[in-house]
Parts: sequence; C-alpha cells; structure tokens
Amino acid sequence: MDLSFSPEEVAFRDDVRAFFRDNVDAAVRQKLFETRHITKDEQVSWQRTLHKKGWGVPHWPVEYGGTGWSAVKQYIFLEELQRYPAPAPLPFGVNMVGPVIYTFGNETQKKYYLPRIANMDDWWCQGFSEPGAGSDLASLKTSANRKGDTYIVNGQKTWTTLAQHADWIFCLCRTDPTARKQSGISFILIDMKTKGITVRPIQMIDGGVEINEVFFDDVVVPVENLVGEENKGWDYAKFLLGHERVNIARVGISKARIGRIKELAARTMAGGRPLIEDPLFRQKLASTEIELKALELTQMRVVAAEGKHGKGKPDPASSILKIKGSEIQQTLTELLLEVTGPFALPFLQDDARNTNDDWASPIAPTYFNYRKVSIYGGSNEIQRNIIAKAVLGL
Amino acid sequence: MDFDLSEEQRLLKDSIDGLLKSSYDFDARKKYLAERDGYSRAIWDKFAEQGLLGLPFSEDDGGFGAGPVETMIVMEALGRNLVIEPYLDTVVLGGGFLRRASREQRAAYLPGIIDGSKTLAFAQLELDSRYDLGDVATSAKKNGSGYVLNGEKVVAGHGDTAGTIIITARTAGGQRDAKGVGVFLVPADAKGVDIRGYETQDGSRAADIKLANVEVGADAVIGDVEDGLLIVNQVVDDARIALCAEAVGAMEEAVKISVEYIKERKQFGVAIGSFQALQHRAADMFTALETARSMSYLASMASNFTDLNERAKTVAAAKVQIGRSARFVGQSGVHLHGGIGVTMEYRIGHYFKRLTMIDHQFGDADFHLARIAATGGIIR
Ligand SMILES: Cc1cc2nc3c(=O)[nH]c(=O)nc-3n(C[C@H](O)[C@H](O)[C@H](O)COP(=O)(O)OP(=O)(O)OC[C@H]3O[C@@H](n4cnc5c(N)ncnc54)[C@H](O)[C@@H]3O)c2cc1C
Ligand SMILES: Cc1cc2nc3c(=O)[nH]c(=O)nc-3n(C[C@H](O)[C@H](O)[C@H](O)COP(=O)(O)OP(=O)(O)OC[C@H]3O[C@@H](n4cnc5c(N)ncnc54)[C@H](O)[C@@H]3O)c2cc1C
Repeated sequence: MDLSFSPEEVAFRDDVRAFFRDNVDAAVRQKLFETRHITKDEQVSWQRTLHKKGWGVPHWPVEYGGTGWSAVKQYIFLEELQRYPAPAPLPFGVNMVGPVIYTFGNETQKKYYLPRIANMDDWWCQGFSEPGAGSDLASLKTSANRKGDTYIVNGQKTWTTLAQHADWIFCLCRTDPTARKQSGISFILIDMKTKGITVRPIQMIDGGVEINEVFFDDVVVPVENLVGEENKGWDYAKFLLGHERVNIARVGISKARIGRIKELAARTMAGGRPLIEDPLFRQKLASTEIELKALELTQMRVVAAEGKHGKGKPDPASSILKIKGSEIQQTLTELLLEVTGPFALPFLQDDARNTNDDWASPIAPTYFNYRKVSIYGGSNEIQRNIIAKAVLGL
Repeated sequence: MDFDLSEEQRLLKDSIDGLLKSSYDFDARKKYLAERDGYSRAIWDKFAEQGLLGLPFSEDDGGFGAGPVETMIVMEALGRNLVIEPYLDTVVLGGGFLRRASREQRAAYLPGIIDGSKTLAFAQLELDSRYDLGDVATSAKKNGSGYVLNGEKVVAGHGDTAGTIIITARTAGGQRDAKGVGVFLVPADAKGVDIRGYETQDGSRAADIKLANVEVGADAVIGDVEDGLLIVNQVVDDARIALCAEAVGAMEEAVKISVEYIKERKQFGVAIGSFQALQHRAADMFTALETARSMSYLASMASNFTDLNERAKTVAAAKVQIGRSARFVGQSGVHLHGGIGVTMEYRIGHYFKRLTMIDHQFGDADFHLARIAATGGIIR
C-alpha cells in the first residue's frame, strides 16, 4: 500500500501545472475562480488549446487522439485542471458521444465525428431527458419512424444543457413503439440546423440560461446518423452514463472553491475581525475540508483499482463519489454564500456581473444553481438505489 | 499509488481472520469477558504464538519490523470481531513508548511483550485533563537520582491487569504547559500505587490509579524527562491511527450484519430490506464506512510522515471522519434491527457500543475538528 505518486507521476503533474499556468487565459481563470460564467468562445478556444497540445481527449484510445495515459495520470490531469482552475472540457462531446461513437459507431462516423469533437468544431448537446422521462429515462417517448433512408423524429427533449449553442444533438428516440420499455430505443445523431427543430431556453433559478427545451416536429434525419444497431440505444446510453460518473466527484473544483472561500473570508469583516477568524465559521469549513479529503482518497481508491484491475464496468461504489461529491459542492457554495452576508441580496444580470468590481453578486446565483448537482447525472436517490442493489444486494 | 495489500500482508490478514473466526464468535467472547482479567489469556497466548504481539518491533528487538499497514490489518480484524484483549494498550501504546525508549528499557520490556507474558497500560487522563495530553497535574519530583510521583490518573485502559503502567507526570512548569511533562514506567505493584479497576461500556476494562509518593529510579524515565510530550503526542497518534482501523473493522461488520438482517427479517409479508427508506439508510452506512476506510488508510500512511505537524493534522482529520462515520453506522445499525437492536442478545448493539466508545478515546470528532480549524484546515 502506497498512496503517494511515483516520481514520474509527480513530474507529470508539474508539467500539467506548468501548461495550465502558461496557457489558461488569466481573465478566464479569474472568472472561474469567482464562479462567473465563461463564454462560448472561451470554452471552444480552450478546447482547441488542449487539443493542439494533444490533451483534448486524453482518455480516448490513442488511435482516435487519446494520450495513452494511465488511470492515475488521467486523474492527475483532471484534478489539476479543476483546481487551477481551467475550464472543464464540455462533457457532451468528449466524454459522452465521443466514446459512444468510437465504441459502437461505424468507420465513416468515427472518421467524420471524432476529430471534430476533439477540436470542438461542433458543439454537442445531450438529448436524453424528456418532460415525462427524468430518472425513469427509459420511459422516453420521442419517436423516430423509419421512412426510406430517413427517420422522421417527433417529440420533445428537455433540460438540454447549452443546446442554444449546439451544432449537434445526440438523442435517444423510440424506434420500436411495440417493444418493452428499454428495448426499442435507438441512439441517433441529429444536426441542430435541421428543419423542424425549435430550441426554447429555460431560465434557471440563478437567472442564467443554461438549459433548454428542444422540440422536434417532423424532423428528417438520414439513417446513417444511427449509431450502432437500431433498438440497441439503451445499452449505449448505459455505457455513456457510466462514463459520466467518472470524475463526477469534482474534487479539484471543490479545492479551488475552498481557496476562494478562504480568500474572501480573510477580507470580509465580521465583528471587528476577518470572518476567517470566527471559530464557528472555521469549523464549518474545516469540517467540509475533511469530508473532501475523504472523498479525494475514495476517488483515488476507485482510480487505482481501475488502473490495476482493468476497466470494464464502472465500479458501483463510484456512486459514493457522486453522492459525496455533490453534497460537498453544495455545502461549499453554501459557505461561499455565508461569506457574502448582506451582499448576497443585490441581483445583477449576467453581463453586469462579468465585471470584476463586484465580488459578491455571482455567489448567490452559484448557490442557487448548484442545487442541480444532486439532481442530474443520476440523482442522489438513484445513486443510493444503485448502492443498495448493486453493492449491498438489497 | 497502490491500495492493495502485499502477498505477505494478505497472509497476515488471513491468519488473524482465521484465528478469530475459529475462536472468537459471539458466545466465546461472552465467556472471555467473564474471565478474571476481563479477557482471555489463552487468546493472548495465541496472539503471541502467531507473532502478532511482536509485529511493530524491530528485528533487533526480537520483533518483525512490520509497518503501519500490518498494525492496521490487525486492528481492523480486532474491530470486526470486537476483540477485548489489550492489543491497543500493550502493543500500540506500551510498545509505542518502548520503541522510542532506551536500549536497556527495550531489552527489559520488549521480550515480555512479544512472548505475551507482559501487558502494559497507559495512564494519562486526569480528572480535569479531558483530551488535552499536555494537561498534567500529577507530579514527578526529583528524588536523588530518581523521582517521586503523586497524583491521580483515570480511565486507563486495562490498567487493572497490566504489569506495568506508563504514566505521564509533570516535572516542570504549570499544569497545562507543553514543556515539563515526563513519561515514567511504573510497576503496577510498586509501593503507593492504588489501582481500582472496572468494566467499560463496551465490555472492556479500565482503571483509576492513585499515586501516593511512588518512588521510581532514573531508569523509569522514557525519553527526555521534561520533553516527554513529544513522544506522548506521537504514540497517542499511533493509538488514534490504530483506533481508526479498529473502527473501520467494526463498521464493516456492523454494515454487513445489518444488511443481512434486513434481508431476512420479514414484516408486512416482505423482507424489510425491500423498503427504500431502509435501503437508503444502508447505502448511507456504506458511504460512511468507505469514506472512513479511506481516511484510515491515509492515517496509516501518515504514520511514516517525517513532518510531525502534517502527521498530527492528518491523524486528527481521520479521527474526525471516523468519529462521525462510527456514530452514524452504529446508530443506524441498531435502528435497522428494530427492538432486537437495543438488547444485549444481539451482536449489533455491541458494535454500536464499541463504535461509540472509540470516539471518546484520545479525542472525539469535535476535539479534533477544533484542532484542524485552529490551524487553518487541511486542504491547500
Ligand atoms: C441543470 C441541469 C442540466 C441538465 N442537463 C441535461 C442534459 O443536457 N441532457 C439531458 O438529457 N438531461 C439533462 N438534465 C436532466 C437530468 O438528467 C434530470 O433532471 C434527472 O435525470 C432527474 O430527472 P427529473 O428532473 O425529471 O426528476 P425526477 O426523476 O422527476 O425526480 C424528482 C425527485 O424524485 C426523486 N426520485 C426519482 N426517482 C426515484 C426513485 N426511483 N427512488 C427515489 N427517489 C426518486 C429524485 O431523486 C428527485 O429528487 C439536466 C438537469 C439539470 C437539473
Ligand atoms: C425498549 C422497548 C420497549 C418495548 N415495549 C413494548 C411493550 O411493552 N409492549 C409491546 O407490545 N411492544 C413493546 N415494544 C415493541 C415495539 O413496539 C417494536 O419494537 C416496534 O413496533 C418495532 O418492531 P420490531 O422491533 O419488530 O422492528 P421491525 O418492525 O422489524 O423493524 C425493523 C426496522 O425496519 C423498519 N421498518 C419496518 N417496517 C417498515 C416499513 N414498512 N417501511 C420502512 N421501514 C420499516 C423499522 O423502522 C426498523 O428500523 C418495545 C420495544 C422496545 C425497543
């Protein structure tokens, strides 16, 4: 048993750090540190910077542009990226549809889509959830009816993150209405410019626009946009959701947030002294730091096991990472909110917020917004169900 | 980065698990509790035979030169089986002081510890000291080349059966000064030592010890007679690390038997384990166990840290996590069992009690949390 990194891994970490230091735009870093939103251009340009370095899709197989890094190095990379903080690669392309395409897609699809995903030539969004299909995703209704060489897609997706920027959407659609729930679903790629698609933004409780409804009205999609076999989409979706849980703990982001809390609490006065000197506040923060440490070690155990005993299915114990990771992220946004005191109240629009002279105004919105992390990616109740069934055998 | 046990460590685990499986079930344990010493001398001899009592000592001292992972393996096994023999007091605490003692002291005590003939206790707590190791009113006054000890120590684990008591006493400074604490080896039968033993809540034993003009020689002093706290801090951190592992073992078993119970117990015509409220509670117990295990691993690794502040901080963080997890797992385990959980007749209640008491040994979660908060946290 040895919990330290090897000298080679330490050297790798230093390289990664140096790369972030030299390549992340200072203004972007500051925005992330202050929990402000970054723009579409900033997101895309960062992905291209990473891709140019050869780190755009580190976890992909080498033949499709991956790095061949060990599980430990992947972990170090993401951890350092989050804590710097640098923009997290948008998951929909590189973590979701990319792996589905290189695992289940045909050669033409691999050739066309994979390089474009790695370089973010296309912005992807995820069309799984529907108004009637949330946790119970398999009850989805959006239909794709075969007509000659095309599917005619009708229905509605919702909660679609950043669909307003998207060039492509990957959808789960029902291709066999007579089949049992999980059967009869297919995984289809759809060009967002296709006639019949309408995107309606939904304003989130932080006032920002991050999610959308996407309506499909007789949308004509070529059959070659089907990934894998027709009616096997549920298997691909399960595979994809397994990938989604990797790094869901977001330990690095929480570390960066603790740094922000300490910085702000050191310059916020309360009762004639900096808030950071208040014992009650300190204990709350220390308490969360300990939980984060425990989460970090648990994440390292999952990563080490994966590196050593091979990949295959995601470890059901990684549900712990989702539950604890989201709880800690929520606690930290709550502590950040506590620091703001009365300055939590003023509400400024996104564009006014993106000026640096107002430190407090992004914080309450972030707190509101982060209630999402225990809901999406398989809600925390769903994760508890997974532990109870897959781990404890209940 | 590697969390797996080596081949040798796996063998150690198998051998202690095997021994306890064959000799330490619920009924056997009850018999051991009723023995004269409050534990089984026969089991203790078996520990000696298997080399468990010599694990952490160097080969020069007649031990096996094993590291913190081996101690962790043993403590987890002791926790899983609610073992009450004085491993923590004799090997981890007593042995911890002696490992840092002079060659003569090691030669005088270690062979007896390793062959099972000597047991030790650590008497540090006082009426007003609570968890502060440096709060020492018991006095040690210079007396020729030796010392005279006076004072009162309380709740010393297995203090009523140990042959030797390791005592902290003030040699200089005020009651709460870090400087001026000495560590003394005192024979339990020395003149002026009055020991009153009693059972503890978790079935083990402890003692209050009065010291009235107890004379010891210069050879009784471990380390620097005015700077003993340095050693005390390290040894007690070793004990905390061991307690973390013991708690993980106990939690592991508590989760296991609770899950087994709700799979079997039927109400409303179905296994109560089919109710989601209980499933989610069990899932939370599992999460509490695994996060505690992670911190226990970290604490064991910290045992070899050379930066003593970092070592102490890491151990404190682990003790916070273990304290919290242990409380939740213990309470939930009892709750999942319904009425049978609050009886002596079923195993879960005993795990609950031991887990509760671990939090009260060498600083509870709040105590260690306050230490970490005072030093500015553990995340950089
Ligand atoms: C900000 C945000 C972004 C999102 N982005 C996307 C996206 O890009 N693409 C996409 O496809 N989807 C996206 N989602 C959707 C997300 O996956 C769903 O919100 C999630 O699956 C939960 O579904 P729901 O919202 O319908 O809640 P419901 O499933 O209705 O759940 C409501 C409550 O019931 C609980 N619950 C549900 N089932 C059970 C059960 N079996 N046992 C116990 N409790 C249960 C839940 O935990 C929750 O507390 C996003 C969601 C959010 C909030
Ligand atoms: C100290 C004490 C004194 C008592 N005195 C008396 C007395 O004088 N006379 C008398 O008649 N009885 C007495 N009782 C019995 C008491 O009423 C029962 O213990 C209680 O009804 C629970 O039943 P149980 O112990 O069989 O647990 P179970 O019913 O087996 O429950 C075990 C666990 O499953 C949970 N559970 C059970 N059903 C469900 C469900 N549908 N959904 C979710 N969770 C569920 C419970 O909450 C519990 O956590 C006493 C109990 C105790 C502990």
